[in-house]
Amino acid sequence: MTVALSGKEVASKIEEKFSGSVVESTPENLVVKSDQLLDVARFLKETGGLDFDYLNFVTAVDYYDHFEVAYLLSSLEHNHSLMVKARCYDRENPALPSVTGLWQGADFQEREIYDLFGINFEGHPSMKRIFLWDGFEGHPLRKDYI
Amino acid sequence: MEIEPAKKYIYSDIELDREEGQVIEDLKAQSQQPIPDPDQWLDEELEQNILLTSVDALINWGRRSSLWTAICFPACCAFEMIAANGPRFDLARFGMEILRASPRQADLMITAGTLTWKMAPNVRRIYNQMAEPKWVIAMGACAISGGIFASAEYAVVPGYNRIIPVDVYVPGCPPRPEALIYGIQMLQKKIARRKNIDVRKILER
Repeated sequence: MTVALSGKEVASKIEEKFSGSVVESTPENLVVKSDQLLDVARFLKETGGLDFDYLNFVTAVDYYDHFEVAYLLSSLEHNHSLMVKARCYDRENPALPSVTGLWQGADFQEREIYDLFGINFEGHPSMKRIFLWDGFEGHPLRKDYI
Repeated sequence: MEIEPAKKYIYSDIELDREEGQVIEDLKAQSQQPIPDPDQWLDEELEQNILLTSVDALINWGRRSSLWTAICFPACCAFEMIAANGPRFDLARFGMEILRASPRQADLMITAGTLTWKMAPNVRRIYNQMAEPKWVIAMGACAISGGIFASAEYAVVPGYNRIIPVDVYVPGCPPRPEALIYGIQMLQKKIARRKNIDVRKILER
């Protein structure tokens, strides 16, 4: 069974390298600053002992005043997992760095989030709609849609 | 005291041989003449080969008796459709066991599943590629009205009749194979009433 690592323990390791990048950490997950997300993600993937080489999924939630994007990371080598989150407070033009450079599996899922929530992933190779057609108005999974 | 051994069989070997011989004698007595060929009537030309019917009845019979289905199964109703095709419900009884991968060889479209607007142009295209005459059965709630996805109207087509003309509606979520078979029989009755020659157009000439 995969061991879910404590967000607090991993947060202390991240703080050593990138101080001030962790916004919040609980035993279940850890929230990082959106502008340092890519650095933290690379650290999590490439640091020995963590080795998060597999991205289970990317998804997003609309909390009215902000969007939260959640990444579930796993290590196939150590068989442990970690939930990392990042927040976007800009409703008009929400943006986050894309993690497709680190985990290719994020490609379609980031496009899905862009399609349904309108969050722009900067650095994504083809940031366009995936389920709905080109020219569709609005982003249906936002709470204020209709 | 010596016990008399029980009789080994009810019939002795001699009796069995006599019985067998009698069966063979009886069969031989019955089989003195050759059995006539049951397909001999095929050689009698005129007596068997005149059929009195109307052109409409003949064409409609031909059309309704072997409806071939185009593959258009976007969602879960497809499994009931597949079950209806399987050995238990056996659509082959109606001459339509073949699911054509090519719409050009099909004349019936069973729309088994939810249709999104993104998929709609492709379904329209499959329909346009089918050769005339062609019919459509809308199978299940999603195909009739959008079903449980009707409230998500931003992405789901509220019924196939927005895209293509529908002949028979089969409700259910999903409909049982019996319901689908009943719908097909309704369609066959509909085809049987079809007029293939438009008399008004001929009179206008």
